[in-house]
Amino acid sequence: MIALDALAWILTLGGLAFVITGSSGLLRLPDLFTRLHAAGMTDTMGAGLLLAGMAAHVVRGIFDGDTELWMVLVRLVLVYLFLFFTSPIASHALARAALDAGVRPWRSGDDGMTSAGAAESDEPSQGGDSADQGEAR
Amino acid sequence: MFAAAAAGVIVSMALALIRALAGPTLWDRVLAVNTFGTKTVLLIAVLGFLAGRPEFLDLALVYALINFVATIGVLRFFEAEAVRVRSGASAGGAATREAGAGGDA
Repeated sequence: MIALDALAWILTLGGLAFVITGSSGLLRLPDLFTRLHAAGMTDTMGAGLLLAGMAAHVVRGIFDGDTELWMVLVRLVLVYLFLFFTSPIASHALARAALDAGVRPWRSGDDGMTSAGAAESDEPSQGGDSADQGEAR
Repeated sequence: MFAAAAAGVIVSMALALIRALAGPTLWDRVLAVNTFGTKTVLLIAVLGFLAGRPEFLDLALVYALINFVATIGVLRFFEAEAVRVRSGASAGGAATREAGAGGDA
């Protein structure tokens, strides 16, 4: 049981590290596509490890004699499977929609944001300033 | 353990919210809101275990579903609008990618 407790702690803290890393990447990386990469890491590894930590906790409860908890384990697996399939779909749809709208990927020479599409040709200059403020915070 | 997890998830939700407010483009906001929704799913699950009521996982499942459908819906809406705006008013737009603009919309 000690082993399962330790496993639950390790998985939860690992998932937490991925979630916070992904969020700070979402805040700090220079453009949409790099931020998509950070967000995708949150969705797969962060959510997966956190849910695995909860599953370890539930398995410990099952070993302690509470057999009702099997359904909780099934629900954890369902939540993970759903995130596992929908997160890449949403990321892909978002990247393709942004590319079609004219958002250009960031190059190492650029600073801050790249230009956005024709639909929002006025916004990026203002938005770039607020992004800089967000990074300075 | 679950209290630490809930605190960390809330902190990361705050970071995602800053990105959603800061923009700068529409797509960044959509991405931030999508990430926020995913973390809400995690938060609901963690809070369920924290309160000793794992039934909250049903709510997390439903929230994951709503989040996905909302993201795809918003993307389809703005995709269609971008195509409409580009084909109509802005013939001389700055850095538009003309080829494949229609996609499969």
